[in-house]
Amino acid sequence: MRLASGGQIDRTQTIGFSFDGRQYEGFAGDTLASALVANRVRVVGRSFKYHRPRGVFTAGSEEPNALVTLGRAAAQDPNQRATMVELFEGLEARSQNRWPSLDFDLLALNDLAAPFLGAGFYYKTFMWPAAFWERLYEPFIRRAAGLGALSGKNNDAYHEKAFAHCDLLVIGAGPAGLMAALVAGRAGLDVILADEDSRPGGRLNAETIEVAGQPGADWAEDMVEALRAMDNVRIMTRTTVTGAYDGGTYGALERPAPDWAGHSDAPCACFWRIHAQRAILAAGALERPVAFRNNDRPGVMMAGALRAYVNRWAVSPGKAVTVFGNNDDAHRTVADLLAAGIHVAALIDSRPEATTDLPVRRYAGAQVTDAHGRGGLEAISIATMSGIDKIRTDCLAISGGWNPTLHLTCHTGRRPAWSPDLAAFVPCDGAVPGMITAGACAGDFSTHACLAAGVAAGKAVAKDLGKRARKTDLPRAEDAPYRIRPLWAVPGKGRAWLDFQNDVTVKDVKLAATENFTSVEHMKRYTTQGMAPDQGKNSNVNALAVLADATGRGIPETGTTTFRPPYVPVPIAAMGAGAQGKGFAPQRFTTSHAASVEMGAPMVEAGLWYRPGYFPRPGEKTWRQSCDREVGMVRQAVGVCDVSTLGKIDVQGPSAGAFLDMLYCNMFSTLKVGRTRYGLMLREDGHVMDDGTTARLGEDHFVMTTTTAAAGQVMKHMEFVHQALRPDLDVSFISVTEQWAQFAVAGPRSRELLNGLLDTPVDDDSFPFMGCGPVSVMGVQGRLFRISFSGEHAYEIAVPARFGDSLFRTLVARAEGMGGGAYGMEALNVLRIEKGFITHSEIHGRTTAFDIGMARMISAKKDCIGKAMAARPGLVSPGREQLVGLMPTGAVKQLTAGAHLFCLGEEAVRENDQGYITSVGFSPTLGHFLGLGFLKDGRARHGEEIRMVDHVRGVETTCKVVDPVVLDPEGGRARG
Amino acid sequence: MRIPCPICGNRDSREFDYMGHALTLDRPAPDAGLGAWDDYLHNRENPAGPTRDLWFHGLGCGAWLVVSRDTVTHEVFGAELARDVTGGRA
Amino acid sequence: MAELTAKTPCAGLLPISAGRVTVTEVDPGPMTAIAPFKGKEKTLAGALDRAHGLGGPAPGQTRVKGHVRILWFGHAHALLVGVAPKPTLARHAALTDQGDAWAVVQVEGAEARDVLARLTPLDLRDAVFAVDATARTELAHMQAAITRVGAQAWQMMVFRSMATTLVHDLDAAMRGVAARR
Repeated sequence: MRLASGGQIDRTQTIGFSFDGRQYEGFAGDTLASALVANRVRVVGRSFKYHRPRGVFTAGSEEPNALVTLGRAAAQDPNQRATMVELFEGLEARSQNRWPSLDFDLLALNDLAAPFLGAGFYYKTFMWPAAFWERLYEPFIRRAAGLGALSGKNNDAYHEKAFAHCDLLVIGAGPAGLMAALVAGRAGLDVILADEDSRPGGRLNAETIEVAGQPGADWAEDMVEALRAMDNVRIMTRTTVTGAYDGGTYGALERPAPDWAGHSDAPCACFWRIHAQRAILAAGALERPVAFRNNDRPGVMMAGALRAYVNRWAVSPGKAVTVFGNNDDAHRTVADLLAAGIHVAALIDSRPEATTDLPVRRYAGAQVTDAHGRGGLEAISIATMSGIDKIRTDCLAISGGWNPTLHLTCHTGRRPAWSPDLAAFVPCDGAVPGMITAGACAGDFSTHACLAAGVAAGKAVAKDLGKRARKTDLPRAEDAPYRIRPLWAVPGKGRAWLDFQNDVTVKDVKLAATENFTSVEHMKRYTTQGMAPDQGKNSNVNALAVLADATGRGIPETGTTTFRPPYVPVPIAAMGAGAQGKGFAPQRFTTSHAASVEMGAPMVEAGLWYRPGYFPRPGEKTWRQSCDREVGMVRQAVGVCDVSTLGKIDVQGPSAGAFLDMLYCNMFSTLKVGRTRYGLMLREDGHVMDDGTTARLGEDHFVMTTTTAAAGQVMKHMEFVHQALRPDLDVSFISVTEQWAQFAVAGPRSRELLNGLLDTPVDDDSFPFMGCGPVSVMGVQGRLFRISFSGEHAYEIAVPARFGDSLFRTLVARAEGMGGGAYGMEALNVLRIEKGFITHSEIHGRTTAFDIGMARMISAKKDCIGKAMAARPGLVSPGREQLVGLMPTGAVKQLTAGAHLFCLGEEAVRENDQGYITSVGFSPTLGHFLGLGFLKDGRARHGEEIRMVDHVRGVETTCKVVDPVVLDPEGGRARG
Repeated sequence: MRIPCPICGNRDSREFDYMGHALTLDRPAPDAGLGAWDDYLHNRENPAGPTRDLWFHGLGCGAWLVVSRDTVTHEVFGAELARDVTGGRA
Repeated sequence: MAELTAKTPCAGLLPISAGRVTVTEVDPGPMTAIAPFKGKEKTLAGALDRAHGLGGPAPGQTRVKGHVRILWFGHAHALLVGVAPKPTLARHAALTDQGDAWAVVQVEGAEARDVLARLTPLDLRDAVFAVDATARTELAHMQAAITRVGAQAWQMMVFRSMATTLVHDLDAAMRGVAARR
């Protein structure tokens, strides 16, 4: 319920929201959790395994119980911690893991079956028969156990990622972090101060502590104002630093501010990658509970959280509160409750020596042994010297002491050290290079100690980075000693919870120890303790203390499990932000893209490029009809195809020829100016890397081409060969792929078409087969290459890319007037298969020059990349699969790429495999299918009949082995 | 991870491609024999500790680098241009 | 005879604006990659100075003279922008026309840096990346060149074929930044 006054909320601003369909109101400044407490909603969810009713347990990101689903439909967002959700108008939240409703949950039967659902129950109960696991057990367990669910629909909600850079990253804006940022900021460092709360101040917002004579929250607000006034300090609220990575890189998740809600362009979250030269971890500490029977009843919560609800949000979860602790924070809690006018039914301090002046019924040396009340806490039992007492209470606050929030110091592999004085783990020095710790996360628990540690840390970093810190006055604050007597679990019967989120009890950990899972890592996996989304933030230390006790070892010997990023759950959508839909990868469009789309061409992806598959014409019902027509156009008239996607690299310098000789297995230094030559490039291991034509434009000037797919790889390889292997060569090169729009003009009427556009017509003398040179195209300086990938008389014409669209439209229009037109990838593929020209379907990374019949191209006169290894016996020996052509001869006239080849009469099994098909196409020129493939010793088997079996598609036929070049083997069409 | 490119300065590792140990700079003579070539291409130590490897600043200046780093602590000691390493040896 | 018509890389895509950021297409004029031949670095600098009044740029820097700029453009190249190179330069360096290879846009405004921070890992702080600084870097998975041309203005270059993606990603980042206010 809401208290009459107080709190850091704006009572003038009422905010409406719904929980499980019911309407409620809260105030600006509320979290969903505080607003639910204000509205007396006690049960907010059901537990993971036993479906026990659960209430709000903490006030921070460590919350194990109050997980809700926000939003609806595709954008429903499960497992959001109500303690971290700021209220906004229209917020819709739903509870999870219950059916049909939160109050009446059928699977609460699991709680009665608890004796059978202990640690390792899957492994014991569902062991056999094995086949039942997938069909019966797993689906059952998945339905019964679990948290919230995604919608299963595509969610295109906008997420964001961003980069930030600073000299110093301060993680946590409590008293230590604020002072560190102030000192470093005043010293002139670029500072980022990140805090996961919406409001900087840390515990100061939750306590009644004074700093410099002011209420702590007010002091923090003044500090924030001072920091905001500095240009070199950036405060990032709602931003949890989730991981520490190598080289001073930190991951951080920024949650949306409530006023972004409803803005369709606002991100759901932003994942930051922050690079910081130094970091100060000032992440504070997390309070830990004490395990006792039924300690998970709604109404039981952490003492520090209760103070936050009372002091910050002015709400009380109960009317008669009891407080149970093993340290002085229990007393602080009572004092705050009394000051707020809340009735405190009893203070139970497990320390026999504990005393207090507070006007409260007090039990020293006593322990809470049970919590009663099915739907929420009604009473507790306590064991005192004189026996068991029962006290009526609707809210019990527990304080088992504090654990420094040292997670980030362990993200690069270091482990924390045990401090017997604090009964807690503390970070090791220098655990993450460049990061130091300050304040409660380093074990400084008083406000004074935190402020002082912040100043010292800020100064140390400033000095380290060569700046002088100005003198900073230390504000006055309490410096109470931290007095604790460890208490992990109250002995007794029944289930006492350690890990609330994964339903792991003291019994489970003891069972693990009994069954010899005594290593903390084994215990974790056997019981699932610490494996829930909260990663055991409020259960790890208690669980390993129970394990230490059960195994008779100390806590330091037992050790901790490994801390890994992220500190809080990070949505995959935030990490991969921007990578949905069009953001998945850059799209590369040719200059003819718009024209091709206008012509109705379906686009196919070729790497990042989009290329037209075919250009449908009226009356054509299938792609094959278009493809057959386009092949016919090229063979009989003239076709136009955008080939700009091929890599084009300009190579210049006195050593350009020598460099190309090193790069390609054949010779380029001997190529004449004005001529073009086909080249084959090997990898150093002797396999084929790429192929393409290279033109010599001048004595020291070549332009080489790569395949579309390998352009980036070849460029990187060339840089390696030059920089790392042959820096002595005087050569330079740069990609000109994007500079030139290049079109193939192919077919018997190609020259006629071009001569209509060229300012000076060409003929066989000026441009013989494989000739190249500059031309003027309708007044624009271009390049012309007489090369052919179709086997026809053909050219490739290049103009600066700005003219690409215009030239393509012109070429296509002219071609159409001559009985031709544009052709796409499908026709291009058929044309080259008819000629036995290879693509990366054939040079797929496992084939050699020998395999594709080009071994003789490897020049004996020079070294080249891959030459030594291409001569390895295994790469040139008999029995290798060699490139062949294939024609169907059986009843089935279809060939399929990927099918395997077998000898006639032999069973189609792996042992009998003779090879495989890499490319197929229907040749309208020949009237049947044609294939290229690799066949054992294939060059010697031309004419042989062979069996093709496609096990995947279920196609089988026989085919004849032929030379790969089926059409015009003499090449007269291209030359003529 | 950050890599100190000698040309561009400290950059995010996403700008770089990795290509194994720097002994790939020591290309054998064409007639060094299959054993030498086999070692060059395929055989690598797997050190726990300092190592030198090749990185390509492909989304940056385009330089090939030899980066010295520690495979255990992940500390990056420094980087040189591959062309300087190779050129200095020739 | 008909004429070939020119089209810019971002034709139909720009300008766009959102919040306090505007993106416009830049017509940079001629752009030529310049790579000095071995041992000609010094003589090239002299030749550049004589031809265009500009020396060679230091790594990560731009030199500006009137409408002519020369950008450091990677480990082996500089990029001469705004003027066609005098033929004399060819004695000292390989010259390659890049005038059609890049989409060039200018991102400008009070929140321009916040927009860029969503797209590139480059450190854009004043102390690191002042006016006239230039870098080759990653921009939303694309190879890019980024040059700071003003206190709140950056020019960005990506491959011409990627202009659509550049504008798409800029637009998303700009709207996200604008929505925060």
